Amino acid sequence: MAAHLKKRVYEEFSKVVQIPHEEAPAKKLRLSKPSKSAALHIDLCKATNSTDALQYLLHFARKPVETESVEGVVRILLEHYYKETDNSVRLKIASLLGLLSKTQGFSPDCIVDDAINTLGNEKSHQVLAQLMDTLLVIGTQLPESPAVRQRLIEVACKHLSDTYFGVRNKCLQLLGCLGMVDTPLTKDNEGLGISLGGVRDVQSIISDYFGDQDPRVRTAALKAMLQLHERGMKIHEIIYDQACRLLSDDYEQVRSAAVQMVWVLSHLYPESIVPIPSSNEEIRLVDDAFGKISHMVSDGSWMVRVQAAKTLGSMLQVSPQFLEQTLDKKLMSDLRRKRTAHERAKELFTSGEFSSGRKWADDAPKEKLDTNTVNLIASGACGAFVHGLEDEMFEVRIAAVEALCQLARSSASFAEKCLDFLVDMFNDEIEEVRLQSIHVLREISTHITLREDQLDTVLAVLEDSSRDIREALHELICYTNVSTKECVQLALLELLKNLNKYPTDRNSVWKCLKFMGSRHPTLVLPLVPELLSTHPYFDTPEPDMDDPAYIAVLVLVFNAAKSCPTMPALFSDHTFRHYSYLRDSLSHLVPPLRLPGNGLDLVDSRCGLGSVESAQLFLQQSLNRVSTIQNLEAPGAQDLLDFTIRDLRRLGELQTELAGAADFCATYLRCQLLLMKALQDKLWNMAVPLCLKQNVTATAAAQQILEETYKLEFLYSGLDSRQVATIHHVRLQAKALQLILTARTRQGLDSLISSCEKFLQDIESFQRLFLTELPHLQDSFVDKLLELMPRLSSCKPVELVKILQTTLRQSGLLQLRLPEQIHRATATIIEPTGESDNPLRFTTGLVVALDIDATLEHVQDPQNNVKVQVLYPDGQSHVIHPKPGDFRKPGPDRHRLITQVYLSHTAWTEPSQIEVRLLLAYSSSSTSLSSPSKLGWSDSIDSLPTPETAVEGTIPFSKPVKVYIMPKPARR
Amino acid sequence: MPEIKVTPLGAGQDVGRSCILVSIGGKNIMLDCGMHMGYNDDRRFPDFSYITQNGRLTDFLDCVIISHFHLDHCGALPFMSEMVGYDGPIYMTHPTKAICPILLEDFRKITVDKKGETNFFTSQMIKDCMKKVVPLNLHQTVQVDDELEIKAYYAGHVLGAAMVHIKVGSESVVYTGDYNMTPDRHLGAAWIDKCRPDILISESTYATTIRDSKRCRERDFLKKVHESIERGGKVLIPVFALGRAQELCILLETFWERMNLKAPIYFSTGLTEKANHYYKLFITWTNQKIRKTFVQRNMFEFKHIKAFDRSYADNPGPMVVFATPGMLHAGQSLQIFKKWAGNEKNMVIMPGYCVQGTIGHKILNGQRKLEMEGRSTLDVKLQVEYMSFSAHADAKGIMQLIRMAEPRNMLLVHGEAVKMEFLKGKIEQEFSIDCYMPANGETVTVTTNPSVPVDISLNLLKREMALGGPLPDPKKPRTMHGTLIMKENSLKLVSSEQALKELGLNEHQLRFTCRVQLQDPHSDTDTLHRIYTHLKSVLKGYTIQHLPDGTVMVESIVIKVSSSTEDPNTKVLLLSWSYQDEDLGSFLSTLLKKGLPSGLC
Repeated sequence: MAAHLKKRVYEEFSKVVQIPHEEAPAKKLRLSKPSKSAALHIDLCKATNSTDALQYLLHFARKPVETESVEGVVRILLEHYYKETDNSVRLKIASLLGLLSKTQGFSPDCIVDDAINTLGNEKSHQVLAQLMDTLLVIGTQLPESPAVRQRLIEVACKHLSDTYFGVRNKCLQLLGCLGMVDTPLTKDNEGLGISLGGVRDVQSIISDYFGDQDPRVRTAALKAMLQLHERGMKIHEIIYDQACRLLSDDYEQVRSAAVQMVWVLSHLYPESIVPIPSSNEEIRLVDDAFGKISHMVSDGSWMVRVQAAKTLGSMLQVSPQFLEQTLDKKLMSDLRRKRTAHERAKELFTSGEFSSGRKWADDAPKEKLDTNTVNLIASGACGAFVHGLEDEMFEVRIAAVEALCQLARSSASFAEKCLDFLVDMFNDEIEEVRLQSIHVLREISTHITLREDQLDTVLAVLEDSSRDIREALHELICYTNVSTKECVQLALLELLKNLNKYPTDRNSVWKCLKFMGSRHPTLVLPLVPELLSTHPYFDTPEPDMDDPAYIAVLVLVFNAAKSCPTMPALFSDHTFRHYSYLRDSLSHLVPPLRLPGNGLDLVDSRCGLGSVESAQLFLQQSLNRVSTIQNLEAPGAQDLLDFTIRDLRRLGELQTELAGAADFCATYLRCQLLLMKALQDKLWNMAVPLCLKQNVTATAAAQQILEETYKLEFLYSGLDSRQVATIHHVRLQAKALQLILTARTRQGLDSLISSCEKFLQDIESFQRLFLTELPHLQDSFVDKLLELMPRLSSCKPVELVKILQTTLRQSGLLQLRLPEQIHRATATIIEPTGESDNPLRFTTGLVVALDIDATLEHVQDPQNNVKVQVLYPDGQSHVIHPKPGDFRKPGPDRHRLITQVYLSHTAWTEPSQIEVRLLLAYSSSSTSLSSPSKLGWSDSIDSLPTPETAVEGTIPFSKPVKVYIMPKPARR
Repeated sequence: MPEIKVTPLGAGQDVGRSCILVSIGGKNIMLDCGMHMGYNDDRRFPDFSYITQNGRLTDFLDCVIISHFHLDHCGALPFMSEMVGYDGPIYMTHPTKAICPILLEDFRKITVDKKGETNFFTSQMIKDCMKKVVPLNLHQTVQVDDELEIKAYYAGHVLGAAMVHIKVGSESVVYTGDYNMTPDRHLGAAWIDKCRPDILISESTYATTIRDSKRCRERDFLKKVHESIERGGKVLIPVFALGRAQELCILLETFWERMNLKAPIYFSTGLTEKANHYYKLFITWTNQKIRKTFVQRNMFEFKHIKAFDRSYADNPGPMVVFATPGMLHAGQSLQIFKKWAGNEKNMVIMPGYCVQGTIGHKILNGQRKLEMEGRSTLDVKLQVEYMSFSAHADAKGIMQLIRMAEPRNMLLVHGEAVKMEFLKGKIEQEFSIDCYMPANGETVTVTTNPSVPVDISLNLLKREMALGGPLPDPKKPRTMHGTLIMKENSLKLVSSEQALKELGLNEHQLRFTCRVQLQDPHSDTDTLHRIYTHLKSVLKGYTIQHLPDGTVMVESIVIKVSSSTEDPNTKVLLLSWSYQDEDLGSFLSTLLKKGLPSGLC
């Protein structure tokens, strides 16, 4: 019936949508507020039959209603409700009541009574259910009136005995959302006919319905209980038994909710003691719950299995012996105990022999088992994860892997045990699962040291053709501890194989070896002669410096040598040369080394201790020095700024930690310098026509300052509002400069007036936005302007320009406070490298895909902001917005963009280069300062207009890469 | 009491020749009709004379259900239907129907053409037999006749393997066939809903084994193949044409894809090619991964696996070859083995069990010198690996299935007696249900307690609802009054008035009367009044009336008082009630027998 009704409602709904001309009067209605309720009333009166009425109501529901008129509308609806005989119309009215009471600013307490009254003589169960839903909405809208709640709860209790499941569902939902645990309820005896009598609380009423005949009601009861828990009420421990019974319900949604319930209770009462049925023993509740949920991992429904597997991960209080059981699966063959393959592998490893696996009966069972001790259905957690990881559905497997991860992070011994299972998952048939298990292993890798055979399995995955898998694995190897030098050698060999097979992995492999080396210096030491192929007596040929494999080996060795001072003695001459070359070309991979003798003193002076602090100090001092600029004469001041900017830029290059801050300061100072130059030009003292050239340079300077301020604002992360204010202040100065310059060109008064107005608006918005920062801006340009503001807004443009000119020239440099942590957003395009001489050939009119691989650092929300720009030699440029799925996040503040851009062009006669670069899009409306847009409950057609201050644009933030392409004319 | 009878004709405490007879609710059903691989005489097929000595089976069987296409489950089918004679319906799933005749034909060829047997079924018989087959879909309830219905569930094991739920009225039996509870590379895990059958007939091949994780085995297998290929060696994998072969193909195919390997993989042709074609078609019967990705690419359309030609065996460079048969006792696999055995870089992987006496068995046991026909010896230098891939449920899996289906009784077939004994003990202990393991020809009888459906009149139900509590509680039985009418095979429960009307009978009133003597010195009217007040205080919530004609009415019970003739102090109370008020009446009589409390006025 309900489905039928719904279908009908939808049919009607779609009919309404197809009448577009109805939209126009609707707008009118909205403008003339009082007519809203009246219009509805007229409509409803006009309706001759229920279908019409329903149509009107449906139409009505699509428009928002003003807060003031809600009550009137509600009255009309209720009035009509009593008259209406058709169920579907009453249902719609009931749902409208609920919607209306959600209107912001409307307090629905005045309609509570009416709504409850309607329940009294309602016959249709569907409408009753909808009315209960409405009451629920009303109740949630009135959190501060316990009296209303109490009434609603009583109403709900009364209707709990309804024969229709929907009504019972809604009542339970209402109890869950509104029920209070502190005020006990008197159960309505007549209504229920059970003389339980006396005081009962919400929980026991809800738990009565755990045994309802309808599975939907049982689910609703469990959900209501969970809702109570979410609202911060303590669920009684007695519920535990009932919930456990529901774990074996026939219906999956009940079992699923029961799993959640048991989980909640295990968190509330972990230490309570529960008896084990059919024995005298007792165990902790959390262990019992863990066992029961583990059991659900082999449930018949995969939804329940997913739920159970997920839940297991967060039960961290469980005792270790139960936890370890989850990985236990006693193997048995013909009633003899058999060792698992994992155990066998371990044994072979300890006995020093590598897996032979050549014998047929290699895994022949040994000891005879006592038939009584074999427990086939393990009562408890036995083998839960073994099952979960072998499940048919990959959703379950992923959930199990995640749960393993969570549990392993909190228990080192468990991490050790689950290692084998995780390594096995590397071989899953679904890539997502493989990837997930690699990530998990990385996360728990602090706890573990890989054995050689395990490492072997892990490394086998390096040949995977999926790039994501390989990169995840590289990341894993970065964090892995290995136990022997053979392991290091094995890893190196496999990585070199990987490099050989997939040359694009170069950077990732090198990075991987860097960590490998610095992690295991003592294991690398005995390998050095072999790795560098040095010989005690003979000179060996010098390896090719451009060979990525050789570089990889060197990266490993140099990083190990960093903490192993004896190692450099084993290097041959060319190794030192190669070191100095690599130290320069790949400084992020090769650490500074303290190398002895040989006339090559490569001791790095920059890497003394406390270098960061000293650099910080230097930065601070430079800024302080700049602040004395006011006292200097013009040429001196300019020189000082010049030098400071140069110093800061160099500092940024040397000290990567401070690069962001130094760059930021330098750019800021550059703005100041430009401004200063522009203002101190002689042009201000000359007649306008005489200094056209200077005028042009000043205009350019103003434009450049504006651009720089946008960069300052959007390219750097970690700014606080103080810095933003400072940046805006500079921008304002630049705008003032622009205004003055326009005034001087005399392009007509109209344009001047409008730009004056615009400028005044800018000042106002500045004042609005940075109200809290104004005290810090004393004696600045803005401060002075704001003092003069009343005069400014009334005077003529020419006068205004004059005032501006003097204030601008008088105002000094605003002291920049050094921000705490500041990072510049950077992007590096790894691919295309731009080195290829072979043009990419394609037929004109068709497209060619260009693979782009780039790393982004410190970019916020790259999915929305980062764009790819392609510049063709004819000046044509395309901006491509990569898909959100193309961005991966390998680490904090780091993103990786792997995407394809499609190129196309008309035919060229010969190959030429295009430029590819990354752009950072910004818009000032997207900053936190603008107000978040608010959406009504109905339509979002007339959303807020974009604020007039919104500025949108893009900043190129990567080096452009040139790609050689050649569109050929199509052959006929 | 109704009974269900189960008689295995084959597979009772044995593996092979699966054939189980079930009589349920007056219907006779044959489950599977297989052959035994171990025999070449009459014992090869089930003993159909058990059903009828002479004459056709059609009169005695209502239907035959085949669980999957393995010959030990369907090998005797043409013999039974065409040579013994059976014309009734044969049920099997679509893939089974497609692949079964290929295997039967192959079986026929080997027995007739190679071994030269006569009196065996012909190709035409196989075709005729297949015409009688009615295909089944998963979870589709098929009505065999008005009372008998069957429903198939997914069983894993091989493509198209099914478990069947057979139901007559409220009695039901589930037969599992062969099943697998752990998913593999091409098939999912067996699944059944909580159908609570009276008997669950389950296979028990691995009754005493708990297997290691599938992943370890797969990983080992792949690693061995990969290493050998990297060394430049050739790998031979002897397989039987259907089932495991496809799983291993997928395993290798995906591995090749993932690892970007280039070495060729060959599959020796034959009936496999035809079968592979069906694997491509029945995608819905495979596992999640294959089902989800087949739109982009059908996993059975192998990119790296090509058909094998005899001449390829001598090609240089690494390669992997799947060849039949699986035990290296004859055919192509043996030929290739002979060619490759001399090189230690090569490898042979045995993916399954090998019967004693075959070369497979010998080399697995470490024999390095083999005597070939013609007195030549063969030095085995290649590596020999054993890797078990089996698709039967292990002990844990069987227990898991029992937990899923919640049967009332358990019956084990398709396994060895000793092993069954162990599992039987475990099942009885864990689930406390009866477990049977009949031998061939032995009948197990299980009495059932079927519920009898009765129509109840709506009026009666509504009346009872109004009387009782708020909601009917399905978990608790409740008594109600009504009349059961049995008429023309239908049962009806109606109110007594309606029954009288329907049957055209007059209503007879039945009243109980009872005298209670009471010592009371007061006058009759006073006593009556005292009784009235007493009852009023005891029976709250009942209507009690003191009528002017000198009686007290409690609901419909009449109480009168008269003095005894001998002793005026002894009052005789006359109670009378109709049989409907029996409860209240007897309560009142016992209450009044105790006498009136003295404190009454």
